[in-house]
Amino acid sequence: MPFKIIASQCTGCSACETQCPNLAISERAGVFLIDPEKCTECAGYFDEPQCVAVCPVDNTCVLDAALPRHQEPA
Amino acid sequence: MSTSAQHQVSCGGDISETLQVMATHKGCGTIGGSGKASCGSQAGIANLPIEIWEKVKNHPCYSQEAHHHYARMHVAVAPACNIQCNYCNRKYDCANESRPGIVSEKLTPMQAAKKVLAVASAIPQMSVVGVAGPGDPLANPEKTFRTFELVNRLAPDLKLCLSTNGLALPDHVDTIARLKVDHVTITINMIDPEIGAKIHPWIFYDHKRCTGIEAARILSNRQLQGLEMLTARGVLCKVNSVMIPGINDQHLVEVNKAVKSRGAFLHNVMPLISSPEHGTVFGLRGQRGPTAQEVTALQDSCESEMNMMRHCRQCRADAVGLLGEDRGAEFTMEKIMAMDIKYDEQARKEYQAKVEKARTANLVAKQEALARLASASSKIKVLVAVATKASGLINQHFGHAKEFQVYELSTSGAKYVGHRAIHSYCQDGHGEDSKLEIAIGAIKDCHAIFVSKIGGCPKAELIKAGIEPVDRYAYEFIDGSVTAWFKLYLDKVNEGKINHVERVNAAACSNALTSAA
Repeated sequence: MPFKIIASQCTGCSACETQCPNLAISERAGVFLIDPEKCTECAGYFDEPQCVAVCPVDNTCVLDAALPRHQEPA
Repeated sequence: MSTSAQHQVSCGGDISETLQVMATHKGCGTIGGSGKASCGSQAGIANLPIEIWEKVKNHPCYSQEAHHHYARMHVAVAPACNIQCNYCNRKYDCANESRPGIVSEKLTPMQAAKKVLAVASAIPQMSVVGVAGPGDPLANPEKTFRTFELVNRLAPDLKLCLSTNGLALPDHVDTIARLKVDHVTITINMIDPEIGAKIHPWIFYDHKRCTGIEAARILSNRQLQGLEMLTARGVLCKVNSVMIPGINDQHLVEVNKAVKSRGAFLHNVMPLISSPEHGTVFGLRGQRGPTAQEVTALQDSCESEMNMMRHCRQCRADAVGLLGEDRGAEFTMEKIMAMDIKYDEQARKEYQAKVEKARTANLVAKQEALARLASASSKIKVLVAVATKASGLINQHFGHAKEFQVYELSTSGAKYVGHRAIHSYCQDGHGEDSKLEIAIGAIKDCHAIFVSKIGGCPKAELIKAGIEPVDRYAYEFIDGSVTAWFKLYLDKVNEGKINHVERVNAAACSNALTSAA
């Protein structure tokens, strides 16, 4: 659930959109946002969250403290 | 004008429908309308093997001679990037700025195809469509290749090219070859990972962010591998290198050797563009760019190895038109939607045939001038500046020029050595002294300036600065005119009518930087 994109920092470059294994990222009005329902923090796919790793602006794809961390089903 | 080849398109309707109509109505299946080399002269071939000359002769970025005659456009379909460079800032965007990575609007492949048809209809000199970012075309492979497919289908006479950092290149060489991409530019700033780590802080590769020397090693290996794979498939490759003083400036000679041995045919050493207001790491750190003299010296030291590109304008990722004259603002998506597009391949061919005729005449004039010079024997070399709009002609008013093209004259002929960007001296008919000073400063190492017209005041100031303003060759070919002038100059020196004086180098003049935006 928990990654989010800080819209004021997003350059709208779209690099994250194609890397997200959950297709959780989409564009709205030139900036990108993450659907918290779809985000799994890349668990089960990759060692690190792809949006964070590919984003050119540091601290733009960040954990959303308001939501609980993603739990893999047991 | 043949009606069968003319496609009238309404822009109001659904774009996919529009494109479909265009595609189905395209009866002409011939590709490469520019045809065979009509310039059979050796002088036009510029020491290139004939098969390479055939490929570059109408590409303004690959052929210095073609940049007078042919235009290109970049379509900004590739916003994402897979590496970070210290000379790039993805948060920055400015309509008035001209440098790589800058765009006014990003396009979908469909919009890009529509823009290509609109521009190629309005600018018959358009010969090449490229994807050059604003990110990396191969970090956006679907968008880039979809765009190329559409252009291949709708405007098959246009050549395709792309510009990449090379990280993803080995994965895409087959697609590049299949889609008939004619030219690829790879930006290679280093082959030593220790130097690379100072330029590229990270890369995104194999689903991981890699940093430091390891990242630079992967990047360098992938770039050189991609270059080898492309040249093995017969795709023409140019290498761009950003010259960063104190970081890779000495090292670029090694890069030059490495890329030449892997089949690159042209190397373009470009000055770092770096100002604090650009917000790049280098800009904020106060890393300076090289002076025009430093760039030229490096280009000269590489020249014995391979051809060096000297006419690069470091253009925007959405640049449109002839090099040095960006017409991008005329073709925003909003304006294109309101345009009545007639993509007439036949009319384009006819226009380009005229261009070829003028080009051949230019080459003949050049040959004649060379023959005249051959009788003179002198070690004297002088630089001259030329105000030109296009077509290889002296056809610009001194006050309207945004840049001057500089040629080195010797008894072996006229050699293009670069351009000097200035701010246009004359705006709204009123000259400003400070701008005149800048214009004169930019060419103070030149003995003469060739213009189509010049006002009395700037003429007097130029003479005072020791630069001869020459307007008697207005609207004539550059090569023939400057060499004819040089022959007269040498005659006068030999007759003792004038004393030849070496002029100071432009290095002292900060306004003469070729990197000036």
